[in-house]
Amino acid sequence: MGFKEFLAQLNIFGQCRKYNLSLWQCPSFLFLVMGIVIISSSLIAYVLGNRYIENPETVSLIVLLLTTVLFIVDFSITRSFERLAEASRMKSEFINIVSHQLRSPLSNLKWTIDLLLSGRLGKIEEKQTEYFKILKDNSARMSELVSDLLTVSRIETATLMFKKQKFSLGNMVKELIREFEPFTRAANVELAFNQEPVLAEVFADPNQIRQAIGNLLDNAIRYTRERGKVEIALLKRNKNLYLEIKDSGVGIPKDDQKYIFQKFFRSENVLKYQTQGSGLGLYIAKSIIEKSDGKIGFLSQEGVGSTFWFTLPTAN
Amino acid sequence: MKTILFIEDESALQKTLGEILSQEGYEVISALDGEVGLRLAKVKKPDLILLDLILPKINGFEVLRKLKQEPETKNTPVIVLTNLEGIEDVKGAIELGAQTYLVKTQYALEEVVEKIKKALE
Repeated sequence: MGFKEFLAQLNIFGQCRKYNLSLWQCPSFLFLVMGIVIISSSLIAYVLGNRYIENPETVSLIVLLLTTVLFIVDFSITRSFERLAEASRMKSEFINIVSHQLRSPLSNLKWTIDLLLSGRLGKIEEKQTEYFKILKDNSARMSELVSDLLTVSRIETATLMFKKQKFSLGNMVKELIREFEPFTRAANVELAFNQEPVLAEVFADPNQIRQAIGNLLDNAIRYTRERGKVEIALLKRNKNLYLEIKDSGVGIPKDDQKYIFQKFFRSENVLKYQTQGSGLGLYIAKSIIEKSDGKIGFLSQEGVGSTFWFTLPTAN
Repeated sequence: MKTILFIEDESALQKTLGEILSQEGYEVISALDGEVGLRLAKVKKPDLILLDLILPKINGFEVLRKLKQEPETKNTPVIVLTNLEGIEDVKGAIELGAQTYLVKTQYALEEVVEKIKKALE
């Protein structure tokens, strides 16, 4: 934490205003009140205790009274935390409901376009096909976004299921490279994969890991401009497998690096080149890798490229 | 001619999938809620039932459970066609006796038609 952020933390009123909370519902303010109450009550107990030392009943009564005050303050602090937790839960639930509701019209749209494009309702002119494809691509993009939002809400409500099993990370990467082939070709990016000859299998949920690698690979290709190269390497490191995806893309500006795994965060410089993207990919990848007992990180230099890496435990 | 009962409250889907299935030579009967769906299943005795899970009046899981209890309908194959993709939902529907479980957003229309054709072979 920098000095500036530390000062900002001290500004309790600013903090409460930021979260749109009244003072008596705001944890930082309540903590301050509790601190003052504890200190003053200890002092009062000390002073009064000294004065009434011959009369222990009065002293116990004072202590009892002060404990009651502390108890009330404690209670309101706990309540304010509960309210915050409740607000956060409702937000995730809201995302969940909205994304589910969005899916029905999206699948209607998708299938209607499929039907039109199939030519079953009559022949479509070439010029029209072009525009139907735009519709199709955009409805697919929207579906992806909705499904990312659903994943995020599952991560936050801890309902994302992990069905762990043994599988080969190398084979998964090869499959993904094949799937991404049209995308890499369109982006004019060269994709290379190197792995150590004999590698153990990892123990994780293959569907989730596939999504995490897919997100990293998607970024690497998306943010590499003109005739770039993306290199993937898979190695063994102690009891883990280490996967690295290195691109020669636009890189992440230094100031943005600490926010890169936050959800909805998009770096200034990518906004210049690419309008697509939700800012959820890296957040999802990080959550998945960490829930699979792995680590994730990156090195990046603006204008030179980024290297994202993660580790996963091997199966015994 | 083989008959398909399509229980789905989204009329747009009724229209698109219904259109293709009629073109493929099936008779498509549509039901827009669970109650009508159950009644038509008994009366029309379809060869296959396509079932959505989120339905008005009687939800899809309940429809499925009742279909599998009735002697007239318990042997009719049911394909669940839904947007619910939670593991619990899939498990629940399969345990209740669904033959196939398809998540709408994951399949192109023609792929769904292929699966239906296969189930009717």
